[in-house]
Amino acid sequence: MNTPPPDPSEIGFPMPVPILAARDLTKSYGRGPDRFDALKGVSLTIDRGDSVAIVGKSGSGKSTLMHLLALLDTPDGGTIDVDGTEARSLAGRRLNALRNSMFGFVFQQFFLNPSSSVLENVVLPLKIAGVGAKERRARGMAVLEQLELADKAKNKGANLSGGQKQRVVIARALVNNPQVLFADEPTGNLDTATGRIVEDILFGLNRDHGITLITVTHDHDLAARFARRLFIRDGVLIPTDEEHAA
Amino acid sequence: MKPMDILKTAVTNSFRSKLRTSLTILAIFVGAFTLTITNGLGTGISNYIDTQIAAVGSSNAFTVTKTDTSGTPGSGPQKYDPASRRVAAGGRPGSTALVLAQSDLDAIGRISGITGVSPVTRLSPDYIQWAGHDKYQLSVSPLAGATPQLDAGSGLDEAGSQPQLILPSSYVAPLGFAGEAQAVGQDTVIGITDATGKAHTVTARIAGVQQSALLSAGGAFINKALSTALADAQDTGAPAAAKTTWTAATATFAPSSSRQVQDMKSKLAAAGYTAQTLDDRIGTVRTVINGIIGVLDAFAVIALIAAGFGIVNTLLMSVQERTREIGLMKAMGMGSGSVFALFSTEAAFIGFLGSAIGSAAAIGLGTAVSGALARGPLSDLAGLQILAFAPLSVAAVILLVMAIAFLAGTLPAWRAARQNPIDALRYE
Repeated sequence: MNTPPPDPSEIGFPMPVPILAARDLTKSYGRGPDRFDALKGVSLTIDRGDSVAIVGKSGSGKSTLMHLLALLDTPDGGTIDVDGTEARSLAGRRLNALRNSMFGFVFQQFFLNPSSSVLENVVLPLKIAGVGAKERRARGMAVLEQLELADKAKNKGANLSGGQKQRVVIARALVNNPQVLFADEPTGNLDTATGRIVEDILFGLNRDHGITLITVTHDHDLAARFARRLFIRDGVLIPTDEEHAA
Repeated sequence: MKPMDILKTAVTNSFRSKLRTSLTILAIFVGAFTLTITNGLGTGISNYIDTQIAAVGSSNAFTVTKTDTSGTPGSGPQKYDPASRRVAAGGRPGSTALVLAQSDLDAIGRISGITGVSPVTRLSPDYIQWAGHDKYQLSVSPLAGATPQLDAGSGLDEAGSQPQLILPSSYVAPLGFAGEAQAVGQDTVIGITDATGKAHTVTARIAGVQQSALLSAGGAFINKALSTALADAQDTGAPAAAKTTWTAATATFAPSSSRQVQDMKSKLAAAGYTAQTLDDRIGTVRTVINGIIGVLDAFAVIALIAAGFGIVNTLLMSVQERTREIGLMKAMGMGSGSVFALFSTEAAFIGFLGSAIGSAAAIGLGTAVSGALARGPLSDLAGLQILAFAPLSVAAVILLVMAIAFLAGTLPAWRAARQNPIDALRYE
């Protein structure tokens, strides 16, 4: 089940820079007796085009790890390199620009603005990036086209089914042509059939467009479809899926 | 995020919760409405005072009196000075005024900048009559260089030898004229009694008819020729001393800056004279009105500050509601500055809406009320528009309200800006 990542040096390419590399990440919340160590020293590398599932139970630290990797939070200890650049050296504006252009996010809860149209929701990252209205529209429609949602472009976010909403979220994550797509329980709120469709879209993007896919889940069936699985428990990565084995 | 996108998004966001935004706008509306009305009142009244001041006199003349120091309470009796003479004066019973003699006039004339000095003679004509109609009491205004606003006719000929007067419009019908146009150019007879009790008459021509105004108090403006003729008649048989002493003099000067005027005033003060321009004398009216307007403005600003707290409340609720959205936008790389700008722009926009609507309503209602008043209760005061709206002051009101709204928006905007995307996205 736990296939190791292909070693590039074995297949004859020069060693590429991993898109994400983390060393000894630690993160704690609270102080004194309330102190909770969410991460206790996590190291990992993720190569370009990889598909990785971070698997763990509630409170295992998997979401904290994803937030650190997505540069949404800063670790207490350890370093993260994004495409060879140390994230700690980036500040403010450059960090925001990096997050905006490199990462896409897909969430369980969708986070769509119910009063805005589907198109407006989708082009939000472009708006934040300062892209002009005309280009926003063209790129938004292109990505909706790709996800077969073009006919829903003018619908309000609230008037969509769960599967449609998650596809809109994926469209929003893709509109900036990100290199890494972070998904947090992307199928958690969907029924099995719809969840399957969304999974297929995500893996299709990984396979056909080379987008690195990093997904946080506690769903072992979903995790099984990824090229790599990282199991996390009590803030440390564990080599095998003990829970599942037990 | 581009500024234009921030503006558009802020505008869209402010309409998301329509009822809440409308109520906040209503609160601002009340403040902006009041402020615009009080401002309009201030503009209207000071416009009117300005025209009235222009109506009653030239701004390049002082009324000069001898400075009286004896009135100082607690200073005890003053030593007798044979060089000064006192006459009974108006005001509190028993008060006196120092008189000016020819030597004083000469001294005033020597002050640099003063171009001419003429004594102010108190003229007390008995009546005015036209063509055998009824006689009416008349008081005359000896203000030199007055430019009253005329309904008919033309201004006084100060240089000519023909005695002329400007008739207040209230005299037109009683004197027997069919209309103002008929009165112009007619010769009237003015009766005056001399020191020995003998009645004299002087014939004067009506040069023009004056609009009724707040400050003219019914006195007729007369030219120098008439003033001299009346004075001659009045002084017949008077002791010589009375003919050469006056309680006040008019000193004219070339048009000057307010600094030069101030300079001349201090020189006159050093020489022992008190000089007042017409502005000084009427300025007290303006000060009182400005004080009243200021108090009204203060009430309006208090209303606006209350409305400001409404904005704080509205936006804090918005920030609360949009926690996840803000977190998402920050996760997508939106900077704290943009988030702050987004919410404070929303506050300023709400302020703009409230103040624009409030000012528009105030202008609409104010203009209607002011027009009705000018036609009705205030029709006696020609030219008084009690509410006048200057574009600049209305714009200032709108900007002030927007500034207050912006200030009120900074707290919620700051709270939104410092929000951590993680807190918004954590949902395990």
